[in-house]
Amino acid sequence: MLAGLLAQVLNGVQYGLLLFLIGSGLTLIFGVMGVINLAHGSLFMIGAYLAFAVAGATGQFWLALPLAIIGGAALGTVLERLLFRRFRTRPHMDQVLLTFALILLFEEARSAVFGNQFHSVAIPAGLDFSVPVVGGFRYSAYRLAVLAICLAIAAGMVWLIERTRIGSAIRAAAENAAMLDLLGVDATRIHRLVFAGGTALAMLAGALAAPLQSVYPGMGDGFLILSFIVVVIGGLGSVAGAFWGALLVGMTDTMAKAYVPQAGGIAVCAMMAAVLIWRPAGLSGRG
Amino acid sequence: MTAILSARNLAAGYGGSRVLSGIDLEIRAGEAIGLLGRNGMGKTTLIRTLTGVLPAAEGQVLLDGTDAAALPPFARAKCGIAVVPEGRGIFASLTVRENLRLAATPGDWTEARILDMFPRLAQRAANRGNHLSGGEQQMLAIGRALMTNPRLLILDEATEGLAPLMRNEIWRVIRLVRQTGMAVLVVDRAVSDVLSVADRAIVLVKGQIAWSGPPDALRADPAPLHRHLGVGA
Repeated sequence: MLAGLLAQVLNGVQYGLLLFLIGSGLTLIFGVMGVINLAHGSLFMIGAYLAFAVAGATGQFWLALPLAIIGGAALGTVLERLLFRRFRTRPHMDQVLLTFALILLFEEARSAVFGNQFHSVAIPAGLDFSVPVVGGFRYSAYRLAVLAICLAIAAGMVWLIERTRIGSAIRAAAENAAMLDLLGVDATRIHRLVFAGGTALAMLAGALAAPLQSVYPGMGDGFLILSFIVVVIGGLGSVAGAFWGALLVGMTDTMAKAYVPQAGGIAVCAMMAAVLIWRPAGLSGRG
Repeated sequence: MTAILSARNLAAGYGGSRVLSGIDLEIRAGEAIGLLGRNGMGKTTLIRTLTGVLPAAEGQVLLDGTDAAALPPFARAKCGIAVVPEGRGIFASLTVRENLRLAATPGDWTEARILDMFPRLAQRAANRGNHLSGGEQQMLAIGRALMTNPRLLILDEATEGLAPLMRNEIWRVIRLVRQTGMAVLVVDRAVSDVLSVADRAIVLVKGQIAWSGPPDALRADPAPLHRHLGVGA
């Protein structure tokens, strides 16, 4: 009983931290650029397929992680330069149409390259065992590694945003990009950096998630919806808010599915409603 | 000597509405210019156009004699043009120190010098921008602009809405900055204060330069001030 509960708590935290990787990028892109990126879930999917392809071709799953970060940053840079820069000041409906078109493009590309079957990625060698946690309770070493990686990234992001000059510039760009320009800081470069970083995080999350679940068409859709809930609960544009929001969503979803399966679908929405009644602007939202 | 910033037959506006037209202006190193005019005469529009926030509809803005049309605002700032905008533009979620450091460029104006010049900011260095009073925000806006170590400092309504003591403090700092030899373009409603720091005054009426000359000329004959601003020197 206690072991089961502990397993679900760890699963919830690990799931929440994966959601944080996706949601933090989503909230930064929205907060800094004002762009609603519905294709963010597709970027997660691309990361998972990248891991599948790399692990299959080389047998080296870990190689997929730096490739997801580098490839994600490159893809994000290209998308920002070619598309999102032009749509930054356009109405949200235009952004929704653009990003919906990107979802279709990414799905077609995925179908052409990998087909429409479900695939699996093996737990990487070296972490395909369980470790004792408390008493006789054992937990997957890979899941613990994912948890540690996500926590390290979260700590790094908070440090970057709150303690560095580039973080100050990101927060300043979210408030008043025109003023930032007048101080000699290129706000467009900050936008590109944020979009590239957000894309890299989403693809890294996909790569990390690949061994934990099947790799399949449209696998980013569910993550996208939950990530938007994370962003809303955390407060638009807040990385710290996204962290706590992601843990809440991850825990609520996992616990509900484990212990009240019939309420699994609405538990997260009910929790979001409760948070918004308590704090209408989200956990870290202002105003 | 080539002007730091100049405008030639400059025109600008918003949408189909023309706010500025036929503006010819030169700001040379070390020069202080006072820009006067009633509300809605185009003073802020002129600043927005000079700094690249608003594109010129006609004419040219030149930086060190070179056409600046292709230079976005951040590039003009890097060329030494700093602005304290109307409304201050303080980043509310950043601390005083973060606001200052964000703008820092190597040069004589350092964080220590700014905090020494504004002791009140030093006391509130760890406070976020939205926790400052209007006067403190204005000090921060000026300090932050100076942190870019500009050659030209543009101040748009820097004393607007401030208490008299705070206004005096801001004028003290502007005079201090003048003494360093930095070029200054000041827009303010306090005509006598503007004239006291300016080498040259410009009166803007309906988006055009209606009068330009030394402050002494306005003091000797305040008719242009009466006619265009409804005030005396």
